[in-house]
Amino acid sequence: MTSRPDTSPQTLYEKIWNAHVVETRDDGTSLIFIDRHLVHEVTSPQAFEALRLAGRKVRRPDLTLAVPDHNLPTTPRIDAAGNKIPITDPESAAQLEALEANAPAFGIRYIDATAAEQGIVHVVGPEQGFSLPGTTIVCGDSHTAAHGGVGALAFGIGTSEVEHVLATQTLLLKQSKSMEIAVTGALGPGVTSKDLVLHIIGVLGTAGGTGHVIEYRGEVFEQMSVESRLTVCNMSIEAGARAGLIAPDETTFAYLKNRPMAPQGSDWDKAVEYWRSLHTDPGARFDTSVQIDAADVQPTVTWGTSPEDVVPIGGKVPAPSSFTDPSKQDAAQKSLDYMGLTPGQKMTDVEVQNIFIGSCTNSRIEDLRAAADVLRGKRKADNVKWAIVVPGSGLVKQMAEEEGLDKVFIEAGLEWREPGCSACLGMNPDKVPSGERCASTSNRNFVGRQGPGSRTHLMSPAMAAAAAVTGRLTDIREMAK
Amino acid sequence: MKPVSSVEGRAIPFGAKNVDTDVIIPAAWLKTISREGLGKGAFETVRAQDGNIFDNPDFAGAPILIAGDNFGCGSSREHAAWALLDLGITVVIAPSFSDIFAGNAFKNGILTVALPQEQIDRLMEVSETDPVTVDLDTQTVTTPFQDRFTFEVDPFRKHCLSEGLDEVGLTLERDSAITDYETRRAANMPWLQPNTHITTERTA
Repeated sequence: MTSRPDTSPQTLYEKIWNAHVVETRDDGTSLIFIDRHLVHEVTSPQAFEALRLAGRKVRRPDLTLAVPDHNLPTTPRIDAAGNKIPITDPESAAQLEALEANAPAFGIRYIDATAAEQGIVHVVGPEQGFSLPGTTIVCGDSHTAAHGGVGALAFGIGTSEVEHVLATQTLLLKQSKSMEIAVTGALGPGVTSKDLVLHIIGVLGTAGGTGHVIEYRGEVFEQMSVESRLTVCNMSIEAGARAGLIAPDETTFAYLKNRPMAPQGSDWDKAVEYWRSLHTDPGARFDTSVQIDAADVQPTVTWGTSPEDVVPIGGKVPAPSSFTDPSKQDAAQKSLDYMGLTPGQKMTDVEVQNIFIGSCTNSRIEDLRAAADVLRGKRKADNVKWAIVVPGSGLVKQMAEEEGLDKVFIEAGLEWREPGCSACLGMNPDKVPSGERCASTSNRNFVGRQGPGSRTHLMSPAMAAAAAVTGRLTDIREMAK
Repeated sequence: MKPVSSVEGRAIPFGAKNVDTDVIIPAAWLKTISREGLGKGAFETVRAQDGNIFDNPDFAGAPILIAGDNFGCGSSREHAAWALLDLGITVVIAPSFSDIFAGNAFKNGILTVALPQEQIDRLMEVSETDPVTVDLDTQTVTTPFQDRFTFEVDPFRKHCLSEGLDEVGLTLERDSAITDYETRRAANMPWLQPNTHITTERTA
C-alpha cells in the first residue's frame, strides 16, 4: 500500500503497480493484489470447475462481479407475459446456466441477463462505478484494457488466471515495460477517438506494444470524454499492449460521482484526494516513447485482417509490394485475397452489405448519439441487407430510448437490439454472412471474427452510420456537407 | 499440470505471422464448459483449405508447432492453449508471442520458445523432413544436423514447468501475506470496498 520509499519520479503505471505489490519474490515476480474482478460466462466455467474439484472457495466475492454478455442473443429476453425467453442454442444456454449457478454458489454478485444493469462487462464496470481510478482490474477478456480509460490498471487474463484470482485475489506478475504515446495537437473535424486509436495501432503495429503498458498522454486525451478514453484504452491490446492508461482527472471524477458502486460521502472525498496523485511525475522515464501528431489522423478504416491494417478513408487499398518486410507482403496478399480487395482500389468504392454498431469499443451513449446524428432523417442504402445497433448495456439502451435514438435508428432501417457482445465475435446468432462485408465499430477484423468468411472493416460509429446511408465506406466529412 | 522436460518429434512448419487466437480456435468453439475436445476446432479456417499443413499426414501427432512473430495475439481465450494441447502440441517455437497467450500456454504446460527469425527459418527447413528436439533443462533446440539453438526461460516459469507445480496452490501458501495486504488496504483505502446497493436481482 505504501509507495516505494525513494522519491524518484514515477510513471502512473509504476504508482499503481507499487500500490498493489503484496510481496516480490527473489526472481522479480510480484504477487499483485487485484481490486476488481469481472466475470462473464465464456471464460469462467472451467475456472469455477477447477475450484470445485480442488475444494477451494472464492477469496473475495465482494470484489467480484459477474455478468453474462458474449453468448446472449440480442433479440428480446422477456416475452409479452413477462416470462424469460430461453436461449435456443443449447451450448450457449448451458454456459449461461453455468454462470447463473456458479455466481450464487460462490457468493458472487450476479447481474441477470434480463436486468437493466446487464451489458458488456467493459461497459458495465465503469457505468456502475465498479471500475475506479488507481485500481487493478482483471477479466477473462482481452478488452479489459478498456478500464484504463478511468485510470485503472486493467488487463485481460486467461481462465487459469481467472481461477487464480478467484482463489487468491492476486496474480503472479512481472512488471511490464512502460510506453508513452504522446499525442500533440488536436483532432480535426470528423475525427474521433476510434480513428485516433486505429491510427496509433497502425503506427505501432499489432505487436508494437507487446510487453508494455501504454500511457496515452497529451491534451487530446485531457479534452476527451471518459467514454472516448475507454474506446482508446480498449484497443491497446490490438497493438499488443496488455493494458492502456489515461491519467484520471476532474472529467473522470465527475463521470464516476454517484455511480451505484462508486464510493460515497467521506470515502468519496478521500478517494478523490488520492486519485489526484495518480499521474506521471515530471521527469519520470518511460521505456519507450512514441510521438503522434493529431493533425496526421484522418477518419480511418481497416482494409485487411489485422487491426494494424489501417488506411485513411480517402486512401486506397495498398499493394502487398508496398511493404518492405517480405512476411508482411505475404500476409497482405493473403488478407487481400480473403477480403476480396484489389490494390489501388479506393476505400470509398468498397460496398458494404452489413452494419454493426456496438461492442465494448463503441456501444456507449456517446457512440449511439454520434451514429444517430448521421442517420437522423436518412435511410439505409438498399444494398445494406443487415444493420444492427446493439447498445452496450440495458442502461445505455434506456438512455438512448429516452432521447429517441431508437426511433432514429429504426426509421433509418436499422435494427435496435438488446445489449451484449453480439456481432463483434459472433458467439451469439448475430453473424456476418460468408463473403459479405461489414462496416463495424468493433475492435477486430480477424479472419472469421464476425462469422466464417466474414469481411470486417473497422471504423468509428459515425463512419459506420455513414456507410449505412451510402452502402459503401464513406468519409464522414463528405456526409456532413 | 504435467511436468515438462524434453520433447522430441516432428515440428509443424506453419510459419505464419500474427496468428491470432481466433485463428487458433474460432469463437464458435468457445461455447463449452470443458477444457477437452477443442482440437477438433483448432485452426479451423486454415484447415478449410486444401493441402494445409495441419492435415498433412507427415505431421499427424506432431508435438511442436513453428510459427512467425506475435503468435497468439488477440483474444485472451485460454481455449487456444487447450486446443493446441488437444492436438498434441506441447511446444510452440516463434520469434515472439503475445503476452496473454504466453501466460496461458505456461499455465497449461505448453513451452513457448522464442528464437530469432533466422533460427526459425532454419528450423522450418529442417522440420519439413526431420524431427526437432526441445529440451527445457538445457534450454536448447537441436536438430539431427548439429543445429543447437539456446533460448531464454523465466526462472520461475522454468521451475513451475519442470516440477509441474500448481500455481494456485503455491499462492495459497502466501495467505498471511495477502491477509496483511488486505488489512493495510482496508485501513488506507476504505473507498475500495464496493457499494452493495446495486440491484442485480432478476427482473423476470
